[in-house]
Amino acid sequence: MRYLALTENDRKSMLAEIGVSSVNDLYDAVENQFLLKNPITGLPLHQGEIEVEKILQEFAKKNRPASQGPFFLGAGCYKHHIPSAVDHLIQRSEFLTSYTPYQPEIAQGTLTVIFQFQSIISLLTGMQVANASMYDGATSLAESCLMALRIKSGKKNIARYNDVNPDYLDVCKTFLDLNSAKLQDKIDDDCAGVVVQYPDFYGNIPNLAEVRKKCDEVGALMIVVVSEILSLGLLEAPAQADIVVGEASSLGVGLNFGGPLLGFFSCKKEFVRQMPGRICGATIDADGKLGFVLTLNAREQHIRREKATSNICSNQGLCATAFTIHTSLLGEIGYKKLALINHQKACEAYEILSKIKGVKVLNENFFNEFTIEFSKNAHEVNKKLLEKNIIGGYCVDNKMILAFSELTSEEDIKLLAKELSTILN
Amino acid sequence: MQNFIPAQTGLNHETELLIKQSREGACGVDLPNVKEFKLKTGQKSREKIGLAQVNEPQVIRHFVRLSNQNYSIDAGFYPLGSCTMKHNPRLNEKMARLAGFADIHPAQDESTVQGALELMYNLQNWLGTLTGLKGVSLAPAAGAQGELAGMLVIKKAHEVKGQGHRKIVLIPDSAHGTNPATAAMCGFEIKVIPSDADGLVDLDLFKKLVVEHGTNIAGTMITNPNTCGKFEKNIIEIADLIHSVGGYFYCDGANYNAIVGKVRPADIGVDVMHFNLHKTFSTPHGGGGPGSGPIAVREELAEFLPSPHVEKIGDKYKFAKPKNSCGKVKGFNGQFGMHVRALTYMLSHGADGLQKVAEDAVISANYILAKLKNHFHVPFPGNCMHECLLTDKIQKAKGLSTFDIAKALIEFGIHPMTVFFPLVVQGAMLIEPTETETRESIDNFINIMLYISKEIEEDRGDKFHQYPLSTPRKRLDDVRAAKTPVLTWSELQ
Repeated sequence: MRYLALTENDRKSMLAEIGVSSVNDLYDAVENQFLLKNPITGLPLHQGEIEVEKILQEFAKKNRPASQGPFFLGAGCYKHHIPSAVDHLIQRSEFLTSYTPYQPEIAQGTLTVIFQFQSIISLLTGMQVANASMYDGATSLAESCLMALRIKSGKKNIARYNDVNPDYLDVCKTFLDLNSAKLQDKIDDDCAGVVVQYPDFYGNIPNLAEVRKKCDEVGALMIVVVSEILSLGLLEAPAQADIVVGEASSLGVGLNFGGPLLGFFSCKKEFVRQMPGRICGATIDADGKLGFVLTLNAREQHIRREKATSNICSNQGLCATAFTIHTSLLGEIGYKKLALINHQKACEAYEILSKIKGVKVLNENFFNEFTIEFSKNAHEVNKKLLEKNIIGGYCVDNKMILAFSELTSEEDIKLLAKELSTILN
Repeated sequence: MQNFIPAQTGLNHETELLIKQSREGACGVDLPNVKEFKLKTGQKSREKIGLAQVNEPQVIRHFVRLSNQNYSIDAGFYPLGSCTMKHNPRLNEKMARLAGFADIHPAQDESTVQGALELMYNLQNWLGTLTGLKGVSLAPAAGAQGELAGMLVIKKAHEVKGQGHRKIVLIPDSAHGTNPATAAMCGFEIKVIPSDADGLVDLDLFKKLVVEHGTNIAGTMITNPNTCGKFEKNIIEIADLIHSVGGYFYCDGANYNAIVGKVRPADIGVDVMHFNLHKTFSTPHGGGGPGSGPIAVREELAEFLPSPHVEKIGDKYKFAKPKNSCGKVKGFNGQFGMHVRALTYMLSHGADGLQKVAEDAVISANYILAKLKNHFHVPFPGNCMHECLLTDKIQKAKGLSTFDIAKALIEFGIHPMTVFFPLVVQGAMLIEPTETETRESIDNFINIMLYISKEIEEDRGDKFHQYPLSTPRKRLDDVRAAKTPVLTWSELQ
């Protein structure tokens, strides 16, 4: 078995050095009747790379990859081109197979990446601080709601200002229920925080100044959630918020059937000690050289146990590394340009689709995603599109949310328009 | 130029933060130019972000140089206790990158992702069969989320049975911090069970707590084998006790590597358990994540599992929401990319190989214990499971602590063990070698540990206070970092 490092001779001599005759003697604390002497039945025995690869390829073949034809799904998970350098770098052993950087002298690589990740997130969101990552946008939003409840400890609920990704809301509900907190539509004095998705689930871009005003009226924290971080290359930074969270898998990470993704979490510096998750900070070493460590640990579960700000331990380290590399390649010029191209593609599609009889475009403004409405169920329309090998948008009743990117070709849009026109007329 | 003296770095290259390398106009991608068009954002376009401007060679060099400042399991022994730093097979990585896995969207029509669902269904089956706990959810994102999901299942089960008043959860003092943090998140009240002189749950005190809190008990969260490296030999009695008052037994599976294929958790009374696919099932740690923390529960608890869960109906696979689901804990479907890697690993090892995994991990840890027990203080008697616990009691008398031993190990090319955890002993050193380390590598570690102990014993240990010396950075000032937090490059400038 190729991954086992001991030989039969090693085992024998090591057992002799330990002073037992059989490995089962080492399991003496397990009642004999519960100790399995033979492999568990009902599962296959070990196999070589060739056989395993075949099995996995069979599974993979039964799926239709996004790149295998026109594709218009977004809704919290966006397909973009990932530069080749990204995957090459994150597969380096030193990033891939290292642990959380608890020993900073031999983890400056990871720590420096995290520090730059935090820096980039802060710049994009207009917040002063960011953590080292969360699981995904949904859990990041849920944690931000809990954080608002901690900061505004007299208040009980969280309000939502506009249409938030329903998947995110489901996760928030699970977390808020635990605190007997409600997620409500009404913004009132009982709200510790007001959640606004930017752009919203249907692609509309809310007026953040208006949200800020409403938050101030009731003394609530303003929580902005961004599910497409690329949008921050074209849209104004949500700098008037108190907390900005969301999903950053658009850059460097990819679809992965919805996981791993990459949650980010940023806020005003005054709230940093209430933030969940790991945080990296700059310091100096014994020689006075600049270096980085995990810091403000007193918030975390391994120190505070039941009084921690969150139970999070593992995060999305390698995905954050991928994001940092992709974003570094883009840089100031590329980031803004890529955002502009994404918007342009959506604008092109907007022009073409709005001319189709039976299609009503609902958005007045948008970034790279907008919603169209039919007089019939959108799922039905989607099924028909699929027959033509087109993966349509995300459907809610008669509405379809369509996403566009630098990978969407003009032909893709025209094909979508043509098929929609056929289906609807 | 005359005064220039080059730094003697050899291969130890330094690299500055990218923002310091930024040069106006540089860019690491080529994107098509955009013709003027009317924006439909309803606002002005963003002016400055403040990102660095660098090209591709710079980016590659920067990150390669950074990578050279990291220790990794690929490069050396990494005996972090309760973290299971085992070899990460590259076949896993290759499989996870197949377009049929990496390039599918979670909201695609189920008919277009049957292979992905089938894979998840298979993984559910593997975990269910290995543990005897037939209800499996792959949704949780990491170990801590698995704990959360597991405790939510228990909470929901009590509520549905009209037992919502049960608020007490019993947790040993040797538990990971995530256990009490999770229970607190769920609104439970934690009662700590002290460890006994053998490093086990103190059975008498456990009984006392069970009697005292009776039907107010929701359950117990126990890591087995525990973080003292011991298998809880009274586990059957513990399970019976908790069941006798209607509570559930949650098993933290962080240490499952010691018993995978050797003990079926269901057989010893476990009701709910989480896995760390990034520990037991070899998915890489990635410098902190992503992990994956599926849970397995007894069949009668399956209706409370978080959603989604994959079902097979006829020859079709579909996502389903369990009848009385405790809700969603993560967006979309869990860490699918990690599911691919873990199943690849399971298929590689097979049922026979996984059993060997546990056995070899246990042999290696006991071998280290046997070789070091006369030189370091062993707080609890007897053999260990897949990790062994030592303390710095002997070395402390000479003024050197676990901290110094850890930093000395770094200087000698070894990643330190888990230090100062578990909290039940002073100066803990928890050593987990795993099954993927050769005997030669383990012997090298033992020799280094013996050298350190000898130097300290013979009063030559003072030098360790300054260690490490040969690393990219020497000891870093944690206090300074926490006192005046500098958390972004904007604050650094």
